[in-house]
Order: sequence, then C-alpha cells, then structure tokens
Amino acid sequence: MLAKLTTLWQGLRQLSGDDAYERYLHHYAQHHADSGEAPLTKAAFFKQWQDKKWQGINRCC
Amino acid sequence: MNTLLKNAIWILVAILGAAAVGGIAINRGESINSLWFVVAALCVYSLAYRFYAAWIAATVLTVDATRATPAERLENGHDFAPTNRWIVFGHHFAAIAGPGPLVGPTLAAQFGYLPGTLWILIGSVLGGCVQDMSILFFSTRRNGRSIGQMARDELGPLGGTAALIGTFAIMIILIAVLSLIVVNAMKHSPWATFTVSATIPIAMFIGIYMRYLRPGQVMEASAIGVALLLLSVVAGGWVDHNEMLRGWFDHDGLTLAWGIMLYGLAAATLPVWLLLAPRDYLSTYMKLGTITLLAVAIVILQPSVKMPAVTQFIDGTGPIFGGKLFPFVFITIACGAISGFHALIASGTTPKLLANERDIRMIGYGGMALESMVAIMAMVAATVLDPGVFFAINSPAGIVGKEAIDAVTKISGWGFPVTVEQMRLLAEQMGETTLFARTGGAPSLAVGMASIFGSAFGNSLLALWYHFAIMFEAIFILTTLDAGTRVGRFMLQDMLGNIWPKMAETSWLPSMLLSSCLVVAGWGYFLYIGVIDPNGGVNILWPLFGMANQMLAAIALCVGTGILVKSDKIRYVGVTALPLLWLIIVTTTAAWQKLTSRDLRIGFMAAAEDLQAKLASGALPTEKATVAPQLIFNLHLDALLTLFFIGILWLIVFDMLRVCVRYLNGHPVLPLTETPHSSSRLVEDWVRD
Repeated sequence: MLAKLTTLWQGLRQLSGDDAYERYLHHYAQHHADSGEAPLTKAAFFKQWQDKKWQGINRCC
Repeated sequence: MNTLLKNAIWILVAILGAAAVGGIAINRGESINSLWFVVAALCVYSLAYRFYAAWIAATVLTVDATRATPAERLENGHDFAPTNRWIVFGHHFAAIAGPGPLVGPTLAAQFGYLPGTLWILIGSVLGGCVQDMSILFFSTRRNGRSIGQMARDELGPLGGTAALIGTFAIMIILIAVLSLIVVNAMKHSPWATFTVSATIPIAMFIGIYMRYLRPGQVMEASAIGVALLLLSVVAGGWVDHNEMLRGWFDHDGLTLAWGIMLYGLAAATLPVWLLLAPRDYLSTYMKLGTITLLAVAIVILQPSVKMPAVTQFIDGTGPIFGGKLFPFVFITIACGAISGFHALIASGTTPKLLANERDIRMIGYGGMALESMVAIMAMVAATVLDPGVFFAINSPAGIVGKEAIDAVTKISGWGFPVTVEQMRLLAEQMGETTLFARTGGAPSLAVGMASIFGSAFGNSLLALWYHFAIMFEAIFILTTLDAGTRVGRFMLQDMLGNIWPKMAETSWLPSMLLSSCLVVAGWGYFLYIGVIDPNGGVNILWPLFGMANQMLAAIALCVGTGILVKSDKIRYVGVTALPLLWLIIVTTTAAWQKLTSRDLRIGFMAAAEDLQAKLASGALPTEKATVAPQLIFNLHLDALLTLFFIGILWLIVFDMLRVCVRYLNGHPVLPLTETPHSSSRLVEDWVRD
C-alpha cells in the first residue's frame, strides 16, 4: 500500500515537473560526469527547462 | 477458460453498449437519464480501443515494441526522455484537452442531444482517435518531426506550406472565437469580470514564486495558486455586493474586448515564466480537477436530460447558428470528435517522450477517447437544462429580441416554454443580473454545471458554482489565448524572416513588437466585429473555426494516407482515407453553403447584400446603420477566408493524390523518411532482469 502511494506520488511529481532537476542530475551523472563542467544549479536548470518547454505549440483548443 | 471469460465480458460490453446507444437513439419520452450517455460512451470507447485500435496498431501501423524510440536514441535529459506511459498520457491529455470540446457540443445541442452525441462517439472512434494515433506513430518513426515537416518531407513543399499557413489561420480564428466567449461571459457581470481579472495577478505571483522564491517547486506553487483561484471566486461575490467596487468591474463588451486585446499583447511579449507558464499550470490543475468532479457528479446524480432527442432546428432555422443538420452538426462539434489541432501535439512534444512504440495506442487513441468523453459530459451539462432556458441563454438578441418578454414569447412559441420570472430567478440564483443572450456556450455550460454540482454538493452555493465554472472555462481559454498568440508571433516572425532575415530573430525587440501586434490585431479584429455584431458573432466565428479545424485534420489525414500508400499498405488505406473523405465532404459542403446560400443566416454573401440593400434604403435604425459598413466588410472577408480554407484543403488533397498515383504507377516520389530500425535496449534490459 505504502509502495503504491509512493509510486503515485513520484508519478505526480514527474507529471508536474517537480523532479525534473533530479532527473537532470541523474542524466548528468550518467552521460556528462567526465565532461569537467559542473552541473547547473537548480535555479539555473529550472530557468532553462521552463524556457525550453514553452517553445512551439503545446496547448490546444 | 480464461479466453472464454474474456470473450464473454466483451460480448457483455457490446450488448450493454448497443442497448445504451439504442436507448438514447429511440427514446422519445419527456426526459432520459444521463447515465445512459456515460454508459454508451464508455462501452463504445472500450470496444473501439480493444478491437479497432489494437488492429490498427498491430496490422496497419505495425507497431514494433522492440524498436528504439526517439526518446531512447536521442535522449538528452531535456525534451527527449523515455517516460512512463501514464506520465506521457497525462502530458498528452493535458495538452490536447482545451475549451473546444466544451463549447462545440453546447452549441450543437440546438439540434437536440442525439445528432451531436452520435457524431461525438462515431467521429472520435473512427476519425479523431485514428488521426491522433497514426500521426503520433508516424512522427515517432521520424524522430518526433512536426506535422508540417512531415507534410513537406513526404508529400512535397506544397503540403508543408499549406500546413504552416493552415495552422496560422486556425490559430487566429480560434483565439478570436474563444476570447469572444470570455467577453460574453464577463459582459456586465462584475463577479465574473473580477474573478477572471484576478487570475492574472495570481498567475504572475505564482510565476515569481516558481522562478525566484522557491525555484522548481512546481507542485507547491500550483497548490497555492489553486487555493488563490478559489478564493478569487469567493471574493468576486464580495465585489458583486459592494456598490462601489461593482462599478469598477461592470463593463460592456467593447471595453472588455479592448482589455483582452491588451492582455494578449502583454502575454505575447512578457517572458513566459511570468505569465504563460504559471497560468498553464493552474489551468491544467483546474481543468483536470473540474472535469473529474463533473464526471463524479454526473455518475452520482444521474441528472435527467430534458432536451428532446432531435429538435425542429435540424431544418437550418436554429437560433444559435444557422444551417442544417448536415453539414453543420459536424462543423460545430469539431474538437470533441476530430480535431486537426491534435496533430500538432501528436507530432510535437509527445513522440519525444515515448519509451516504447507499444504505448502509442494508449496515448494516441486513448487520449482522444478521453477528450471525446469530456465532450459527452459537456453535452450532458448543456441538455440537463430546461430547453427553454437553454435557448434563452444561448440565443442572440438579434434573433429573439432585446427585451426579455419578446425573447420568452419567441422561444416559448418554438415549443420550449420559459418565463421571464423563471429566467430572473435563475439569474438571481447564479448571482447575475441577467442570463439572456449570453451567447458562446460558456454561460449555459456554467449554469448546467452549477445545477449539477449544486444538487450533488449543496444547492445553497449555486452562485459560487456558477462563477467557479465560468472561472474554470475562462482560465483555460485565456491559456489558449496566451499560448496561441505567442506561437502565432513565432510563426509570423519565422515567415517574415523569409522576406527580411532580421525579422526571424525572435528576441529582437522591434520584430517581437511588430509581430505580436500583427497577431493580436488579427484576432482582435474578429473579436471586435463579433462584439459589435447584433447577432452575437459566435454564429459566424464558430463555423469558421470548425471548418479551419476540420481542414487541419484533413491535412493530417492526407499526410497519413500518403505515408500508408508509400509504405505499400494500400490495402489498409481506408483507415485514414475514409475519415478524410468524410471530412472533405463535410467541409466542402459547409464552405459551399457559407458562400452561396441565399439564407441570410448561412450565406455570407447573401447577408452582405441584404445589409447593403437595407443600408441604402435607410431601413436600418441608426445604431445598426453605424456598424453596418463594418459588418458588410467583415462578411466579405469571412467569405474570402472560407474560400481560402477550402482552397488549401483541395490543394493538399490533390497533392496527396498526385504523390499516391505517381507511386502506384512506379514513378519516383519523395522517399519515405522513416528512421532505420535500431533495437531498443530498454526492452532487452527488461527481458534480462
């Protein structure tokens, strides 16, 4: 039961974009860790994420 | 045994579905329980999903679960990211669900509940869902390319340009009609005007909160925002009861229209994080929450549908919009059955998130089925009202007369009894001064929703529920307006960049201001005309929007049909070609009637000539005579626009046919642009675990 609730909560966080930064850090650790550049801060990442999300058509009638 | 049980269940679903649809269709009693609508819809969607969609996925599209999706191959931690299918479904549904499926069925209810309901069910499972699913599939096989790019790559430059211009045109008309609906809901309603205005500073506050106070805490910020929105509904009531404050928010349509245009300009030029993004979060939560609430209320309460199955207005004399059942019920329902706009979403963000091609059926087909369910609920909410009340709210003053007594006499004369006292009481309950001639569908939907919510959760709060429903509709209409104006601005900058490259720099201030002003002027013009038009404007703009949206759907289906033929699947071409054929017939007939009909309420040219003659002979009262030249010009413009839409439609159909015929005769055509097969590692990992 608790496990199910946790999954649901994680789903909600992912749906809303709450965990976008955590996923970015995960992706960074896997793919860009040896690039020498530090990962973005949470605020900087969120700015980039939000600006990117709003390019192009993503809402309908 | 297991298969036997499964088969038995599906047979039961089929029988139940047939009984429900049959019950709706042949019922001629005073009223019918709305639960039948819900049951019929659920059975139809699940059968179609289980059998038709599964067949299309397996046989026609040949979905391949072992093939790596763009999200996997091109993963970049941003837009390309393999995502759980329920999450993708949530994103996709939030993106496709807009105000269209709420407004369309409400207007189409003038024909009675049956024609609209049947088209929502049939149109979605055979048309809309198929379009969404196949475009999602084709785009996934092409690295998430947009519908415009696919049209260019697969059919040729003509198709691509048509898709681009079509998208731009539909955006302008869509925003115009939606903002007109909001204006009609706010006209001389201090409560609604206050609540809707309050959503702007609330969104800005949430924007600042998410960007600077607590960066990235989306859910927390949204929860605060939703709480503030609910507060603004209550606060609207206080404003309404305060003599001084009332005056500040009590405006006529034209003032509100100018306000909305200013707002659109601000929204297109302000940074996204300040207004657009937070408003979108809020509207998504409100939308999902309210729709769920409505579904629960309908199931618990099972309100009676009081509208007759079919009204006399199928002959084309309807007060809400002119035109016969065929083709106008199809044009009016629009998004609830098939929406070309969805092709833009299905070929945009969604294919970049898919973890596995197997999910395409659930997201593409299932997403649209759910959207169509929303349309069914809107139909229920519109038809639970007394038909007399429904027509009193939705008929423009130009048709039934300005005075309440004239309106009720006329409407009662049609066989839908309603009294001035009944309307006065209803308006008082809803916290409004009047509900007559509130065209556009939003107010009558709000009254319907308020009466459903009211009887499910307490009748004492009717006025609150009404304004909550108005706020709910307004907030996502305004989101579409913001996002649409902004996208329109980008598209225009891109197009102008072909003439003068400097214009394509999206952040160059002069280009930004010029293109934003042009886009706002585009829809603002139609909004302005809609407001000054004594017949309400919605009756002109909504059919135009419907035709534009069906035209976009036809472009998407042309792309799909072309790809099917080029992939040697001509045997299955009917899957996309038959809905396409139907759309061509419907859109062309509607356009033809709009251009040539001598009925003043249908034909643009006939109406223009009539107005011209009346103006020349001095038969018009002064107030009408002053706006008549503008209305005449607008009617000519609408005719031109209709011609333009239909021209684009036929151009792309012929272009698609040209490609198909050339291919079938062995002549060279543009090659398929599908990316080559590469095996998914996600699936292998799965198998290994």
